[in-house]
Amino acid sequence: MPAVRPEPERAATLSGRDLVKTYHVGDVDIHALRGVDVDLLEGELVVLLGPSGSGKSTLLNILGGLDTPTSGEVRFRGRALAAGGERGLTRYRRDHVGFVFQFYNLVASLTAEENVALVTEIAPAPMAPADALALVGLETRLDAFPAQLSGGEQQRVAIARAVAKQPDVLLCDEPTGALDSVTGVKVLEAIAQVNREIGTTTAVITHNAVIAGMADRVLRFGDGRIVETQRNPTRRSPRELAW
Amino acid sequence: MRLHPLDRKLVRDLWRMRGQAFAIALIVASGVAVLSSSLAVVDALSETTRGFYERHRFGDVFASATRAPRSLAARIAALPEVQAVDARIVEQATLDVAGFADPIIGALVSLPSGGEAALNRLALRAGTLPEPDQPDAVVLSEAFAEAHDLVPGDVLHALVNGRRRALRVTGIALSPEYVYAIGPGTLMPDPRRYAIAWMNPSALEAAYDLDGAFNDVVLALGRGADTNAVIRALDTLLAPYGGTGAIARADQLSNWFLMNEIQQLRRMAGILPTIFLAVAAFLGNMVLARLIATERAEIGLVKAFGYGDATVAWHYAKLVLAMAGLGVLLGWLAGWALGRWTTVLYAEMFRFPTLYYTPGFGPFALSAGVSLAAALAGALGSARRAAALPPAEAMRPPAPPAYRRAGALSDLLRRVLEQLTRIVLRQLLRWPLRALLTSAGIAASVAVLIMSFQWLDALDHMIGSFFFQQQRQDVTVSLVEVHPDTVRNAFARLPGVLAVEAQRAVPARIHAGHRVRREAVVGLPEVSALHVLEDAGGNAITLPPDGLVLSSALARRLGVAPGGHLVVEVLGGARPVLTLPVAAVFETWIGTPTYMRLDALNRALGDPPVVNTVLLRVDSRELPALFAALKATPATGAVTLRRAAVDSFNASIAEHMHVFIAIYVLFACTLAAGVSYNSMRISLSERGRELATLRVLGFGSGEVAYVLLGEAALLVLIGLPMGCGLGLALTQLISSSFETELFRIPPVIEPSTYGIALIVASLTAVACGVLVRRRVARLDLVAVLKTRE
Repeated sequence: MPAVRPEPERAATLSGRDLVKTYHVGDVDIHALRGVDVDLLEGELVVLLGPSGSGKSTLLNILGGLDTPTSGEVRFRGRALAAGGERGLTRYRRDHVGFVFQFYNLVASLTAEENVALVTEIAPAPMAPADALALVGLETRLDAFPAQLSGGEQQRVAIARAVAKQPDVLLCDEPTGALDSVTGVKVLEAIAQVNREIGTTTAVITHNAVIAGMADRVLRFGDGRIVETQRNPTRRSPRELAW
Repeated sequence: MRLHPLDRKLVRDLWRMRGQAFAIALIVASGVAVLSSSLAVVDALSETTRGFYERHRFGDVFASATRAPRSLAARIAALPEVQAVDARIVEQATLDVAGFADPIIGALVSLPSGGEAALNRLALRAGTLPEPDQPDAVVLSEAFAEAHDLVPGDVLHALVNGRRRALRVTGIALSPEYVYAIGPGTLMPDPRRYAIAWMNPSALEAAYDLDGAFNDVVLALGRGADTNAVIRALDTLLAPYGGTGAIARADQLSNWFLMNEIQQLRRMAGILPTIFLAVAAFLGNMVLARLIATERAEIGLVKAFGYGDATVAWHYAKLVLAMAGLGVLLGWLAGWALGRWTTVLYAEMFRFPTLYYTPGFGPFALSAGVSLAAALAGALGSARRAAALPPAEAMRPPAPPAYRRAGALSDLLRRVLEQLTRIVLRQLLRWPLRALLTSAGIAASVAVLIMSFQWLDALDHMIGSFFFQQQRQDVTVSLVEVHPDTVRNAFARLPGVLAVEAQRAVPARIHAGHRVRREAVVGLPEVSALHVLEDAGGNAITLPPDGLVLSSALARRLGVAPGGHLVVEVLGGARPVLTLPVAAVFETWIGTPTYMRLDALNRALGDPPVVNTVLLRVDSRELPALFAALKATPATGAVTLRRAAVDSFNASIAEHMHVFIAIYVLFACTLAAGVSYNSMRISLSERGRELATLRVLGFGSGEVAYVLLGEAALLVLIGLPMGCGLGLALTQLISSSFETELFRIPPVIEPSTYGIALIVASLTAVACGVLVRRRVARLDLVAVLKTRE
């Protein structure tokens, strides 16, 4: 169901200023980010689009506290992420961020429900693991181990695990990259639903331009910079997307 | 030279896994070191012994008598298969070196007047043999001369048959007969208190009334001679002259000890290396299996290029061989040094002119062959699996490992444990065999630790029970001949004597059917406060009015049990042959003693109450006066001190044992470290992605380390009690396979020994954990998550 959202009174959940990331690989400097300013607003769904190597994953990792910028600053609700050091970043990830990756990264020795419980046990205000799995349509597969789930199901468990803590930010890096289009749509629906129902600020990385249709805003990346920002007047339902 | 790309990959793989590879190499090295050093020392001792015996014409048969006429020597020489005869005088005397108060027992051995003996020839180390006109000139055994700083020209005194004589040292020598020189009633060489002095026969003939006679004879036999037949013939010839029964070279005291030692070393070479090499093979297998799992895609690729299965299998086998090869090289170095050091130790205990330590190719080749074979055996399964992967399948990522719930356990897990602990437990349940083998590796190290530390327990136990529980006397005096029981009164009057008891020891051949043993039957008073009979368990033994009480080791060798009968052929006197019942059997750790009530023994021999050994408890402050008095008492044969016996026991065993223990503890720690480090590293590599995921989900690095180290800790915790059981079994194995007629190592393990072994193994594992923990902290979250498994 398409939704029109009024802009721009929403506050920024996450904001990055002048973010630069340079990797030293051997004798070569790779400039992954060359000065990026970005704001993720409260409840917004943003799609980051761009070819591989354009810097979108680097940005997402920095915003999620998995990596630190070479220069520049990330603020979460006004507080600088860098201030708390490694321990602070762990705290930040634990309490505020949910991640979804291309390769689902489930713990093979835990069932679907237990994979979700892994997060709810340490989160301050989690939902019940079963509820989180119901949210992604897996209420009947609670006791299945990853080896017993299809790729799409595994990814949906990963999403349930990411949202079960009711994070402030949900960061998805190529969540459909390893999936066929039908399964991919199911996964995107789950993401959209979480964003809509819980109001989680969500960023989705993809190199699949079709997916951009489900976003409030689309950031196009090229060579370590945001080269274009596009606002969708209406968000399309993932079900309407096909590739 | 350009390496093949696959070989370059091999070198880089090895470098990348250098920590793990090195840990495995060290374990192999430990096994190789023990194996090669033991075998090299066995070679060194055997070769040196053979050379010394051959060059110095060590005899084949030995016998002594009371007084046999010289003319008998010709008849002995005429026996079939006898090649050479050396008839001589061997007597025991008390020696006196200025400035040394303790009594010294000296064996006085006659040399042919002014010449070399035909057999048991001396290896002269300094000075010369006595000239024919020097009745009081002596050649001293080297160990004794060294212990007292005596050199040719020095003078010492001897109480020869009650008369004090000055003896002038003309030479210092070694003899194949006294490679291991121990005095009567002692267990260890005590070079300060036991001497061999070779001298012209004239003084001995006069002093011991042996003019024109001999009391000891050594025979050399032709190759392949029937030793037993010669012994029987010799016994017949010597019987009228107080022959005490001939013995073969195998039973000659010094040689017997030497051969026992060599045999023990051989056994040691069999047991420990097996443990190390088995663990190394397991670790090699584990590391390789993991490597192959991570390199599935490369394997597929290489095979897609057209490399054959054998090439792929050989590639991975080479990896393990390289690790084992490094271990072999390190083990050779350590083994060479350890062997050399051990040989030097042996040179103190066993006196050879030169102890050749020139390890041959054999021990090193054998240890390398065994280790590489063990490594290859370990690598075989993994390498075959790698070869069997079809290229297309290999390039697909492996399916996620299938875990399952474990029934009732799962419900328990669900109720009690949080997710991180579930991860730990399910991991173990998923690969139970690997978990078990890892725990077994830890257990092996604990077992080796227990075995090493147990040597001290055994020593304490042996010394405690032999020297302190059973022997309550401070001084033992063997008398030159039997005396009436009342001789006790004379000794009771000597200075410092607090208590006196007397015994009688009778040398005998004990027959049980066709089995024969030479043993002294010791007659003890019915109630003895100084010689307390106890079995190995510390239970008091009461001597029955009649019959023999045998040590179980002797009973086993003779194949008798209580209720049976033994034929005791007394060697000496009228040589009566008695048939005596076996009244009881008891366990001992040292020696194979045989006891009987003193009155019963005298009665059986048809003698009045007589004794030939006196036990004294003395006031230690009066010892010098007592020694002086004993030296002046003609009845005194040999005097042994408990303190000196304990000291020499400690000096010759305990001192070196500490170094051996340190070496084995090091080996055991290598084992524990190799197993725990490798298992943690493999776990880290298998689950790096999972652990990184946990970090991403917001778990701190401590919590993530808990998942990894928790598993390792659990495996160690399972391994520790297993190790205690295994340690007990290993100790019993060592105890039973090292059993000699002289010693049985008591398989006692003090609780503190278990404790120390557990602490050492745990600390080693913790140290490895700390190393791996640092790697967990350095996990690159982004890189791990971005790559596909």
